[in-house]
Amino acid sequence: MASTAVVVEENKNLWDGGGVEPFKASYGKLMMWFFLLSDAFTFSALLVSYGLIRYRHVAFDYSSGPFEFSQAYWPVPEYVFNGMPWLHGMHLPLVFVGIMTFILIMSSVTMVLAVEAGHRNDRVAVEKWMLWTILGGLTFLGCQAWEWTHFIVGTDDGGRLLDGSLFYGANLSMNQYGPPNFAALFFFITGFHGFHVFSGVVINFIIFYQATTGVLARRGTYEMVEKVGLYWHFVDLVWVFVFTFFYLV
Amino acid sequence: MEQENKEMEVVPADKAKILKIWKVTGILFLATVIEFIIAFTVDAGAFKTSIFIILTIFKAFYIVGEFMHLSHETKSLIYTIMLPCVFVLWLILALLIQGAAIFEALGL
Repeated sequence: MASTAVVVEENKNLWDGGGVEPFKASYGKLMMWFFLLSDAFTFSALLVSYGLIRYRHVAFDYSSGPFEFSQAYWPVPEYVFNGMPWLHGMHLPLVFVGIMTFILIMSSVTMVLAVEAGHRNDRVAVEKWMLWTILGGLTFLGCQAWEWTHFIVGTDDGGRLLDGSLFYGANLSMNQYGPPNFAALFFFITGFHGFHVFSGVVINFIIFYQATTGVLARRGTYEMVEKVGLYWHFVDLVWVFVFTFFYLV
Repeated sequence: MEQENKEMEVVPADKAKILKIWKVTGILFLATVIEFIIAFTVDAGAFKTSIFIILTIFKAFYIVGEFMHLSHETKSLIYTIMLPCVFVLWLILALLIQGAAIFEALGL
């Protein structure tokens, strides 16, 4: 079986110390990409379930008159998410969620600027932009906390359940807005995304801390900023999809 | 101790690169604004949904390509990330059709 003998060339096919990089990307970056791909599958599964469940329900018929909450059909998002802090009772469709989208996109931009500063070994700029990114993430989480509270507490008028009783707000088994699955999916999808934002903020903070204490400078590279940047952009990317499929469509 | 205080040499910022980042930001912002306008002016239906999906993929392209820098990686890496996602797109379409079929079977 001489033909099966493998000749290991020196410094070839070795990742660590071998100098050969698959895809011309570093180990850490590549593994982050693979992780994000698997995470994308998870989010796709959630959004796919949302699409399937939504299409098996009756859609609201605009010709039947003005929209009101009912268990008979899937609610129209712009009538559910029309609240705004300090502006109680006003109909402001999707304004708040639009602001949230803007905040997350902006924090993604500051993250790009942090990565760019990292490429230039500019520690002060890395610290500055990382801090802005963390701030953006925390602001988004705060907005989401308000959004959830508003959704759970419900509107002043509430809505009728199938047995005719009046119900305010939402939980996992019933809600005033529409079929039970609507609230369950809302909690699941935005909750899972919110958890990603939360972990992103924690990871960002760790890297920010390492930058300020000079850990990254001593290591000789700011590539860590790039890796957490990939994760943070992914979180932003997922929100773009959640925003479209949950709030707009 | 001397080594610990050593700072790396700072390369000055490239103006063109920064400008590119803000340009992409502008594109993303504009796409979101267009989505908003459509949300309140176009009647619900397949047409509206398709515009939303196209704009979302358009935004995803810029976020993944420019912000995550994938457009500037090797071709093999681009396809490694992109192809599985294309199959997921089929899964989404298949299950939407399935959802409509369940709806019909239920006879609602």
